[in-house]
Amino acid sequence: MSALRQIAFYGKGGIGKSTTSQNTLAALVEMDQKILIVGCDPKADSTRLILNTKMQDTVLHLAAEMGSVEDLELEDVLKVGYKGIKCTESGGPEPGVGCAGRGVITAINFLEENGAYDDVDYVSYDVLGDVVCGGFAMPIRENKAQEIYIVMSGEMMALYAANNISKGILKYANSGGVRLGGLICNERQTDRELDLAEELAKKLGTKLIHFVPRDNTVQHAELRRQTVIQYSPECNQAKEYRQLAEKIHANSGKGVVPTPVTMEELEEMLLDFGIMQSEEDRLAAIAAEETKSA
Amino acid sequence: MAKDLEDSVAEHEKMIEEVLSAYPKKAQKKRAKHLSTAGAVEEGETEIVSKCDTVKSNVKSVPGVMTIRGCAYAGSKGVVWGPIKDLVHISHGPVGCGHYSWSQRRNYATGTTGVDNFVTFQFTTDFQEKDIVFGGDKKLEKSIDEINELFPLANGVTVQSECPIGLIGDDIEAVARKKKKDIGKTIVPVRCEGFRGVSQSLGHHIANDAVRDWVLEGEGSEYEATDYDVNIIGDYNIGGDAWSSRILLEEIGLNVVGSWSGDATLAEMENAPKAKLNLIHCYRSMNYICRHMEEKHGVPWMEYNFFGPSQIAASLRAIAAKFDKSVQDKAEAVIAKYQPLVDEVLAKYKPRLEGKKVMLYVGGLRPRHVVTAYHDLGMEIAGTGYEFAHGDDYKRTGEYIKEGTLIYDDVTGYELEKFIEQMRPDLVGSGIKEKYPVQKMGIPFRQMHSWDYSGPYHGYDGFAIFARDMDLAINNPVWAMFDAPWKKSA
Repeated sequence: MSALRQIAFYGKGGIGKSTTSQNTLAALVEMDQKILIVGCDPKADSTRLILNTKMQDTVLHLAAEMGSVEDLELEDVLKVGYKGIKCTESGGPEPGVGCAGRGVITAINFLEENGAYDDVDYVSYDVLGDVVCGGFAMPIRENKAQEIYIVMSGEMMALYAANNISKGILKYANSGGVRLGGLICNERQTDRELDLAEELAKKLGTKLIHFVPRDNTVQHAELRRQTVIQYSPECNQAKEYRQLAEKIHANSGKGVVPTPVTMEELEEMLLDFGIMQSEEDRLAAIAAEETKSA
Repeated sequence: MAKDLEDSVAEHEKMIEEVLSAYPKKAQKKRAKHLSTAGAVEEGETEIVSKCDTVKSNVKSVPGVMTIRGCAYAGSKGVVWGPIKDLVHISHGPVGCGHYSWSQRRNYATGTTGVDNFVTFQFTTDFQEKDIVFGGDKKLEKSIDEINELFPLANGVTVQSECPIGLIGDDIEAVARKKKKDIGKTIVPVRCEGFRGVSQSLGHHIANDAVRDWVLEGEGSEYEATDYDVNIIGDYNIGGDAWSSRILLEEIGLNVVGSWSGDATLAEMENAPKAKLNLIHCYRSMNYICRHMEEKHGVPWMEYNFFGPSQIAASLRAIAAKFDKSVQDKAEAVIAKYQPLVDEVLAKYKPRLEGKKVMLYVGGLRPRHVVTAYHDLGMEIAGTGYEFAHGDDYKRTGEYIKEGTLIYDDVTGYELEKFIEQMRPDLVGSGIKEKYPVQKMGIPFRQMHSWDYSGPYHGYDGFAIFARDMDLAINNPVWAMFDAPWKKSA
């Protein structure tokens, strides 16, 4: 067995982290890899496509029910899904109360201490939207995920988020050895999306691992609580995810310390791509609009 | 023994420089601003006898030093709210803060413990990991329900927030409003998370604001006030201090409506705005609510000092001057009545204590208020300082302290030890953490927070006890046996 690889998927909320990660992991398991998924999102939706169920019991909810995490057994929270993928969800409070970040820390410590990481090749963390506090940075701290994959698209806010997450990685890169594995572009069909993604990857000092095209099959599969790999193994989209899985598998040890850019540089890049208007152009456009309506 | 106060400025400056030389540059620069000598007053100034507000105060302690300060939670739960006897005070959060602050101050209170007096009890929501992650509001509600069921005569509950409450953003105000509706009792949420502010001082302020918003903002009491109603504010009844103060006020014909918060009840707080005058003892911890009552309810306030016969007489006269002649006559009668007691005390103790030098380091009031009690016994103050005072406290210190007195703000364990070592006073008055190191240096010591398990020290009765205690400490024969017998020449 090769050394344990710990990877994590980060990215802007709603970008498709959970979908992308579950499809990729379903493809990895076809390559005879033993996988553990650690969902680090209070919504607990990181494993439903693998388990084909609505939502699994989370570490924190069971712990709260029983009294504390010390009362929990690993079997209570570790479910086995598609082709033997082990699934856990940290869970957390309902929105607006308590401390979800502390919950992630508690859950990950519990899983580690109770041997959830034994006998697997991959541990994959699926983390909520942004690194809002120390708790959500837990997976990129010392001895946790070594490779971070940022799921993004050509949309402006997704690019901002990718840059921000890179800042978080940079912060822990020296103390914990975490590296940026690369960008995964989830196509939103924006203007010059592929070029933009490649340009951002270049600026961050990394590479675009894969450009995942938009395909409605993903939607169909999700409605059935399945990955594309399981729902329609021969379709084109399944092949795309297999490619992504192979690329990630081959990317071991090739992560980089990211070089995040300033806000100004990022906006300049968007200007260059004609996605954002410069101040002058914008004023000219407004003036033209006004003369037209006048 | 102790050195003379003459030429003290130059001497103090040299000593301060020497002591600070042990620090790194940045710390030296910061700490230098907190250490000084009481200077001369400007011409025409009549209120004060020395200028003490030359030190910087109420700023963050230097990291790495041993500071004596407490936190905002200590200021609210430990000082202002804790002594209100008929309310249950919940230490909301993990168990430690509540446990270690349990019965830390000697706030005496009458009543039956567990029935209508909860001062010596300790209540906590005992946060566990799951309460942090999922929020503690539900647990707080349940605790309030349980308290209401177990202690039906408790008149309400206060929620004293520990640090995690602010970090996880629990909405304790919503819980308070809901529970007030449910059980019909006063519920006071206090946002006194320990990380707020630089010392316990902000906790006092936050606690005062909570009194304003959650007690005084209520329906108002139906109490009908007389023309002689006063409140004692900021006397925490350490060792019975408020009781020995109340006696004097009642003897001069005043009616003490509320005593905050030593031996106090919720009703005393609610009735307070009806009084004619607020008498502030501890200005630092309760001036905020007095200013509020002045603005909102038109109740004037004044400070007073019941330490030592000179200040007691001056304060009684000043208080009486706010009322009619009957009170003023009684004040004179009271002063005259206790004069024989004062004479007796002075006759017995003054010869034993005269000329002895004292260094003080206490909280926010006593470093100035007890000074005249020592003066009355013929003793001198060589140095004084506060843990958490503000600029206005140092200004007021000048009313009591003579020129040339060493002043130290938020003094560190190291600095105080060095100062004591060099100045060799005859007595040090400070807290439990200072007590044993000082005694090991061969210098008599009295705890001036807890009165060293003695007291009361307020009022005429208190002065007799104060004089006895100082004599017991200073003239204890043990100090003559300080040298090891084998070190004595044969």
